[in-house]
Amino acid sequence: MKYQEEFRDSRKVRAIVAQIRKMTTKHWRVMEVCGGQTHSILKYGLDELVPAGLEFLHGPGCPICVTPTEVIDLALELSMRETILFCSFGDMLRVPGSKEDLLSLKARGANIQMVYSPLDAVKLAKDHPDKEVVFFAVGFETTAPANALSVLHARQLGLRNYSILVSQVLVPPAIEGLLRNPETRIDAFLAAGHVCTIMGEGDYERLVENYQIPIAITGFEPVDILEGLRSCVDMLETGKVALENQYKRSVRANGNPAAQQALKEVFEVKNQRWRGLGELSKSGLGLNEKYQEYDAARKFNLNAGHKKETGNCISGEILMGLKKPTDCPEFCNRCHPQNPLGATMVSEEGACHAYYLYKKRGAHNHEQHRMRLSI
Amino acid sequence: MCLAVPGKIQSYEGEEILREGTVQFGSLKKKVNLAFVPDAEKGDYVLVHAGVAISKIDEAEALRVLNELESLEE
Repeated sequence: MKYQEEFRDSRKVRAIVAQIRKMTTKHWRVMEVCGGQTHSILKYGLDELVPAGLEFLHGPGCPICVTPTEVIDLALELSMRETILFCSFGDMLRVPGSKEDLLSLKARGANIQMVYSPLDAVKLAKDHPDKEVVFFAVGFETTAPANALSVLHARQLGLRNYSILVSQVLVPPAIEGLLRNPETRIDAFLAAGHVCTIMGEGDYERLVENYQIPIAITGFEPVDILEGLRSCVDMLETGKVALENQYKRSVRANGNPAAQQALKEVFEVKNQRWRGLGELSKSGLGLNEKYQEYDAARKFNLNAGHKKETGNCISGEILMGLKKPTDCPEFCNRCHPQNPLGATMVSEEGACHAYYLYKKRGAHNHEQHRMRLSI
Repeated sequence: MCLAVPGKIQSYEGEEILREGTVQFGSLKKKVNLAFVPDAEKGDYVLVHAGVAISKIDEAEALRVLNELESLEE
């Protein structure tokens, strides 16, 4: 597909890797905060193409992974009610709550529908006036505008049987949390291209300024990720501290004003719990006062409460870049995609799940899975 | 989760939040909401996430990067 294949071209990958090799003289730790990028890095083996001194850290970039267990339990509870048709993105269906996941509930006959877009859930509400349609509105800033748009559509259509169960997270407060933690050692960040497509460069300029750390905005294809990495290494090696945009084909300095307007109309910033990291101040988006009637938790009198995370899972330390999945004694032992013990194993875009798919020793399908770019 | 797929606008209708178009992704055509790309026209490429176009691809910028990389290759 145009604008995809060109950015997976192995000759271009080889050229950028050669440049990165030439310019790298020290050990640098660069963190991506995007599950899609984490997945690409491991799928294409980019972590093994770059010089040994360059280390990718996989930050809290997967909104599916960080959705708190108690919110998934609410989703399960809603799905079991006969009057409700519960709609969710496919990725969310296999994520376990405290006892089970939506997919097993669906297999037992619960009214759960996988949708590609929240707007499809609105259409279902229109077509099924006898049902209460609830959409599981998870996601980062990339997805929140589509979630907001679904609420605006429902209002315009006068639908009273549509609501959303909200668990939306914001990237900059998570980055800030990592930078404030005295234990973390991160030299530069790759910022997620589609989050910035919506929000623009402003928040990241402030992070660069306040924490004196280089950041490169980049996309998801191997060439994009390596271009972002090259930009970070160049800044680190020359002592430059700046925000560089390596994804200008999609990211404008002011982001997407129409999408921001929809976010502002429907949502407000609130404190948010992240699975694996705990509560982070002003790191979530919930429905504002004007749109409370679309809040499923309020409509159906649900209270998420707070479930304490237990066990030996080190996903919190992985999300902060302090440990790697392979540092965990449970990795590929008790913890695997069919029995995830924590945030980073629950979705394919979590670091542990991606390591399981592409790095697990002895995996019979290891080579088929891994689309290595020969170099 | 934040992945977005590039596609080409074939046609569109409707206004404001209901602006919707047919977008071609390789051999596949899909209905996509175009409310957040008000200046995107037929023939433009957009990045689509969860059924909603989130940006119009700046083709000149994409070409500039690709040309720069061409010159780096051996």
